[in-house]
Amino acid sequence: MNKQMIPLAIFSALVIFLAIGLTLDPKDVPSPLIGKPAANFNLQKLYSDETFSPNELKGEPWILNIWASWCVSCRQEHQLFVDLAKEQLITIVGLNYKDTPAEAKAWLKELGNPYQVTVQDPNGQAGIDWGVYGVPETFVMDSQGIIRYKFTGPLTKKRIKQILLPLLSELKDNKTQVK
Amino acid sequence: MKIHFLLRSIFFSFLTFTALMHTANASIETYPFDTAQQEKDYNILIDELRCLVCQNQNLADSNAELAQDLRRQVHTMLVTEKKDKDSVVKFMVERYGDFVLYNPPVKSQTLLLWTGPFIFLLLGIGFLMRIIRQSNSVQPSNNKEAEDTASKSE
Repeated sequence: MNKQMIPLAIFSALVIFLAIGLTLDPKDVPSPLIGKPAANFNLQKLYSDETFSPNELKGEPWILNIWASWCVSCRQEHQLFVDLAKEQLITIVGLNYKDTPAEAKAWLKELGNPYQVTVQDPNGQAGIDWGVYGVPETFVMDSQGIIRYKFTGPLTKKRIKQILLPLLSELKDNKTQVK
Repeated sequence: MKIHFLLRSIFFSFLTFTALMHTANASIETYPFDTAQQEKDYNILIDELRCLVCQNQNLADSNAELAQDLRRQVHTMLVTEKKDKDSVVKFMVERYGDFVLYNPPVKSQTLLLWTGPFIFLLLGIGFLMRIIRQSNSVQPSNNKEAEDTASKSE
């Protein structure tokens, strides 16, 4: 009786492990950058000849959304950013990754522009410094410029409600405390 | 005879195919190097670093855009900036984590990864030993029975 149960036990253990494996996302690689100061860049803006650097934002929390006009999931999440921008909770910076200005502008014209600033990273060099390996990616920085969270892949309503909004209110509270 | 010929042609087409695959893998961009050491380091690095887009390929095998960018980054750091191999690895780990390494360091997080195969090997050996011992303890009694029947028949 006992011996007969052994294969069943092994099989059930295997099923449990495989079931857990199915719920994990292999693309969701933990970023070593969380808790570290955000990498700096000095990139040309999309709508002017000036450059922009995150140093200009010191003292307030901000979001960096990395997107491209050739990226399908960026299109999927974009409306959520447009909605988020309407609420004016936080500064949202767009980093246009490996794209051309003309296509980027056409894309923002079609879908709406939620970004206070959009910068261009045509060869992906800033992307490497931020550990980007697939667009879209979204980073949340606190008022000290420390990376607090990284979303890999498109934002969803669920991720905004469960992760982003609580984090933003926490960052806001900290900011008022510091003041 | 016919079957023999068929098998042989299948075998040779397989050989040609694998040979072709190998050259396809090797045809990535060619970068100039100042020294033989730099080229050696470059080849070791793109072999050891993982492409994060196609996660089961290294930088050398992958033709994803990110792999191309990271190969360029490795080359720039080695040749233009004259950095050594370790600082390139450090640069990649700072940005992409240990996940980027196909040869990750032994840490508390990776302990199971490193010791897991040996644990399974020991389990397997233990299991095998038990089976062998069981069959050994069964066989003598069988032999004894056989001897008994043999002696009875005599």
